[in-house]
Amino acid sequence: MTREFNDWVMSEIEREEIEMRECYCNALIEEARRNGNIIVIDVDTSNSMGTKPFYRAFPERALNCGIMEAHGIGMAAGLSSVGFIPFFHAFGVFASRRCYDQVFLSCAYQDLNVKIIGADAGVTATTNGGTHMPFEDMGIMRNIPNMTVIEPADSTMIPQAVRHMANSWGNFYMRYGRRKMMRVYNEKAVFEIGKANVLKEGCDVAIIACGIMVHEALLAAKALSDEGIDAMVIDMHTIKPVDEETVIMAAEKCGALVACENHSVINGLGSAVAEVLCENLPVPMERVGVVENFGEVGTQEYLMEKFGLKASDICSKAKKAMARRDRL
Amino acid sequence: MDRHEMKKAAEEIRKMTISAIAEAGYGHIGGSMSICELLAVLYGYILKIDPSCPQKEDRDRLILSKGHCGPALYAALAWKGYFDRELLKTLNQNDTRLPSHCDRLKTPGVDLSTGSLGQGVSLGIGVALGCKMRGMKNHVYIIVGDGEMQEGQVWEGIQFAAHRRLDNVVLIVDDNKRQLDGWVADICNSFDLAQKFSAFGFTVFHADGKDCGEIYDALIMAREAEKPAAVLLDTEKGQGCSFAEAADFNHYMVVDHEMAAEAIREIDRRMEEELKK
Repeated sequence: MTREFNDWVMSEIEREEIEMRECYCNALIEEARRNGNIIVIDVDTSNSMGTKPFYRAFPERALNCGIMEAHGIGMAAGLSSVGFIPFFHAFGVFASRRCYDQVFLSCAYQDLNVKIIGADAGVTATTNGGTHMPFEDMGIMRNIPNMTVIEPADSTMIPQAVRHMANSWGNFYMRYGRRKMMRVYNEKAVFEIGKANVLKEGCDVAIIACGIMVHEALLAAKALSDEGIDAMVIDMHTIKPVDEETVIMAAEKCGALVACENHSVINGLGSAVAEVLCENLPVPMERVGVVENFGEVGTQEYLMEKFGLKASDICSKAKKAMARRDRL
Repeated sequence: MDRHEMKKAAEEIRKMTISAIAEAGYGHIGGSMSICELLAVLYGYILKIDPSCPQKEDRDRLILSKGHCGPALYAALAWKGYFDRELLKTLNQNDTRLPSHCDRLKTPGVDLSTGSLGQGVSLGIGVALGCKMRGMKNHVYIIVGDGEMQEGQVWEGIQFAAHRRLDNVVLIVDDNKRQLDGWVADICNSFDLAQKFSAFGFTVFHADGKDCGEIYDALIMAREAEKPAAVLLDTEKGQGCSFAEAADFNHYMVVDHEMAAEAIREIDRRMEEELKK
């Protein structure tokens, strides 16, 4: 007998009614009503990032600095040094790569307080293509000391993540696809930064995923269940600090793992999980993610297939990890 | 304003900087020497700050965007009373509070960490904007090098400050004509900085960077300007320290105690002659 999903998972998984960016901006406005220090910084992408309603709600607290990622991040750091809490928005490629040294030194190195939102995570950039498709943003952000890196599975986490970021000193990077995601969670779900959500118990293999890959992981678990394989499903929404305890628990219970991310297999979720395993409980592990490739234009569906990010890819990697375990 | 007192303070800061670099054995002497007069005027006569309350919310801010010239800033901070002068001997030592490049988490009186050129400009403009949003009447002084003006981020910041009419920003260029690898004009010419600043919407002031009185007057006018202001300081890399002035390469130099002692004697002689005038 394989086990069911827990009661935070929607019984019918459908596409969300609200876009991620709309949900995000609503949450930020609500938080900003309580906290007068919250400000918004955009770099000529407020339409794309969906922050326009914030400009209408708090015109004096919304700053569009034009196409200046390096200056925008540095200015955000300066603003945070006088007590403001800047939320900085850009496409993920520009919020990370384009101003990496500024994030590193102006924000993190001097322990300032900037919240960075990078949209269009991985293949969700679709027809914007390779120049706009971040497969490395979590990796380079993860390399910055004390940076927290988050990728929600759907909009349910957004308000809780926004509240956490607003109320915690330090630098955060949150990536997501800005449009409508598949709705994985119901309203009961609770998110604690740094604490993974186990969405399904299981004993044969553990699937650890983040972002859009959580939905694929659930699909994969269903497919595996049809074959009698009881897969554990974990939403590792916080990539850094990764929830070591849950990774070790999964390794102990299943002895085989698959990490799944809409990101390069280098230095993202898979790497974080592998680091925990090899230092604590080395068990066979496989990675689902983009292997040594740049993005390109295409529909999300096409790109997920092209880069091996589908539930079927997770299933084959799960079986591979199990076979490796069974050979031990 | 007593110009002689200002010059005396500048030479004192210069001597303290040379001693600290000699104690470390080497350091960024060239660009540190060229801002001693500026720092003396700022810390002695311009900045509204209180060393006994270094985090006071509405204080003026100073951001040394050319962060490698920390040794001069540390000397100025010690001179002003932010910490004991003895601490200057720990420059760049293991576990020091005075690292080569300015670090706000380590040194009392350092407002923001700098070292990656260009970034201090955006940081400072962020502070200036934040202070304005909070209704403060203070000023933010940002010191950049002329070589640093090659960084694109500097111009992003300048454009933004002008667009927002941040009249609490005073951006001071230490125009010492040299950068690490040689003469700015040879490596990548800055062309006419004054015209560039004007085109970007700044009010521009000039001063002889060796003349404390001129620096003071320019800073006062810049502070009162109705637009963000740039003060272009005509300086010399290694200024006031003959072994550094004479060196072909003076961005950083090995400085031993003997060189430092001779340089300090020379500064003392110069001060005595000044007094006689």
